[in-house]
Amino acid sequence: MKTIKLLSMAAALAVSTAAARADMLINGAGATFPYPIYSKWFDEYHKMKPEFKFNYQSIGSGGGIRQISAGTVDFGASDGPMTDSQMESAPGYLYHIPTVLGAVVPTYNLEGASETLNFTPKALAGIFLGKIKTWDDPEIKNANPNANLPPQPIVVVHRSDGSGTTYIWVDYLSKISSEWATKVGKGTSVAWPVGLGGKGNEGVAGFVKQTPNSIGYVELIYAKQNKLSYGKVQNKAGKFILADLDSVSAAARTKMPSDFRVSITNSPDPEAYPASGFTWLLVYKKQKDAVKGRALVDFLNWMLADGQGFASDLGYAPLPKEVNAMVKTAVQKIEVK
Amino acid sequence: MNSKGWGDVLFKNVTLLFSLSIFALTAWIGWELFKNSHLPMEKFGWSFLWDQVWDPVKEEYGALPFIYGTIVSSLLALAIAVPLGLGVAIFLYELAPPRIGNVIGFLTELLAAIPSVVYGLIGVFVLVPIMRNAGAPYGVGMLTAGIILAVMILPFIATISREIFKTVPQTLKESAMSLGATRWEVLWMITLPFSFSGVMGSIFLALGRALGETMAVTMVIGNRPEIKFSLFEPGYTMAAVIANEFTEATSDLYVQTLIQVGLVLFAITIIVNGIARYLIYKVAKQAEVVA
Repeated sequence: MKTIKLLSMAAALAVSTAAARADMLINGAGATFPYPIYSKWFDEYHKMKPEFKFNYQSIGSGGGIRQISAGTVDFGASDGPMTDSQMESAPGYLYHIPTVLGAVVPTYNLEGASETLNFTPKALAGIFLGKIKTWDDPEIKNANPNANLPPQPIVVVHRSDGSGTTYIWVDYLSKISSEWATKVGKGTSVAWPVGLGGKGNEGVAGFVKQTPNSIGYVELIYAKQNKLSYGKVQNKAGKFILADLDSVSAAARTKMPSDFRVSITNSPDPEAYPASGFTWLLVYKKQKDAVKGRALVDFLNWMLADGQGFASDLGYAPLPKEVNAMVKTAVQKIEVK
Repeated sequence: MNSKGWGDVLFKNVTLLFSLSIFALTAWIGWELFKNSHLPMEKFGWSFLWDQVWDPVKEEYGALPFIYGTIVSSLLALAIAVPLGLGVAIFLYELAPPRIGNVIGFLTELLAAIPSVVYGLIGVFVLVPIMRNAGAPYGVGMLTAGIILAVMILPFIATISREIFKTVPQTLKESAMSLGATRWEVLWMITLPFSFSGVMGSIFLALGRALGETMAVTMVIGNRPEIKFSLFEPGYTMAAVIANEFTEATSDLYVQTLIQVGLVLFAITIIVNGIARYLIYKVAKQAEVVA
């Protein structure tokens, strides 16, 4: 009798663990920009805890917001914060959990520009508004007294597909130019006053590489991997800063609202690169599924501790200490039944 | 009725069902597109078709630049590919020694098997620099897209037309020749008139492909939603804007507007094909009267 009881208990246990295992597939969807680091994290986490399997579809930030709002995935991911109206239309409160930072750099093709060009905010806004039309414009010349700037027309290249890269770039332009803010505004796609559209980072980089006297913008990681020349940008404190992991992380040393829905472009930090931005995971505050909710919280805690160590190898700037501590507190507030 | 008869009835009905499923599928696609685009319909109404502003930030949308770009790039492609494709087909069928004909025929079919992203890359790395040297300020633009599209649709016109030429009865051609007609005259008086509707069919199949082509076009057209009459200037097409902006479209109105662009593309494809069918029907009828 005893053995039978024991056996049935063992069987029940086996069944329940099997069921739990099958339930541990956690689905997410969203931004493409952080996909390399996310897949690295999910992979490492799976090695450590084989019972958890994260499935992440990099369908774009817009898709991520739509799917998490519709509840078809367990977590979303986005390069741009959700708007207030999007937050309202979601069935529950969504936490924005910053994971890593990225940056967008101006890349150019200018014969004779042997040194890294300096760009003032005024010059960038002027170029992308179509007001600064040639490379020898005083606004560019004054910041680059030693560069050989031709009197050639500037060919502007931008992203044709909606993207978080565009969002960071135009968010920055909106902050430094009131004309940009009123005429064009910010979003993952905008009505560009001038320029050609290239599809993806590779499309923009391709056009810039091929077209003499052109300028475009790409993700920092993409520019580095493909050895594109990119310029320094003058930050709010007046310093010309080249984007790298330190200057991008420094951009996050700014006043942080409790919901982390913050744009860190044009950061006041004197060491900050101004066209930087967070990328977020979108997680419901009230987790409906206790098992999945617990797993998500565990993962987020790991991501904020050991996970951050993987970031810089892949070209992402890790969260600065102060922000990391704040995010940890926020993760504790996620309610799991 | 014997069992043979039953088989026929069954076969007829099954094939009828298959044919109807095509009709049902088309209607269903149209209905889904229509149903999922009611927001922009309420907001913009018919002016969506002729407004030229495309501003996702302010949520003002007009489809005219995309409609213009789609139609102009496709017509350009036809203008290049029809004479070229027919020329290839005529050469392969009438003039080429069989061995050369087979090789060229095979290569033409191979062109159709190349993925469109590869055409796009060839466009970006080969054609765009050539166009820039030829005087297009950016290299990318409407004409560049038209040329790439022309290469892509060429095999449709060439291979289908060649197969259709093969259906021209040999007796007709032989009798014309016995009356002293030259090859040229046989071509113009026998082969082309006889295969007219088939050749037109191949052209419209190719046009359908050009209207809907996305990847290669978006890589070389410049993606600028403006109507410029110079063919060297950048433009934009309907398929390209859907592919570019759908993934990051966050608001309902934005998503539905892109679906409505799809509906417009669907409608234009049907209208163009309808006109084509009508023209073929008319010409075929006239030919009957003459005969």
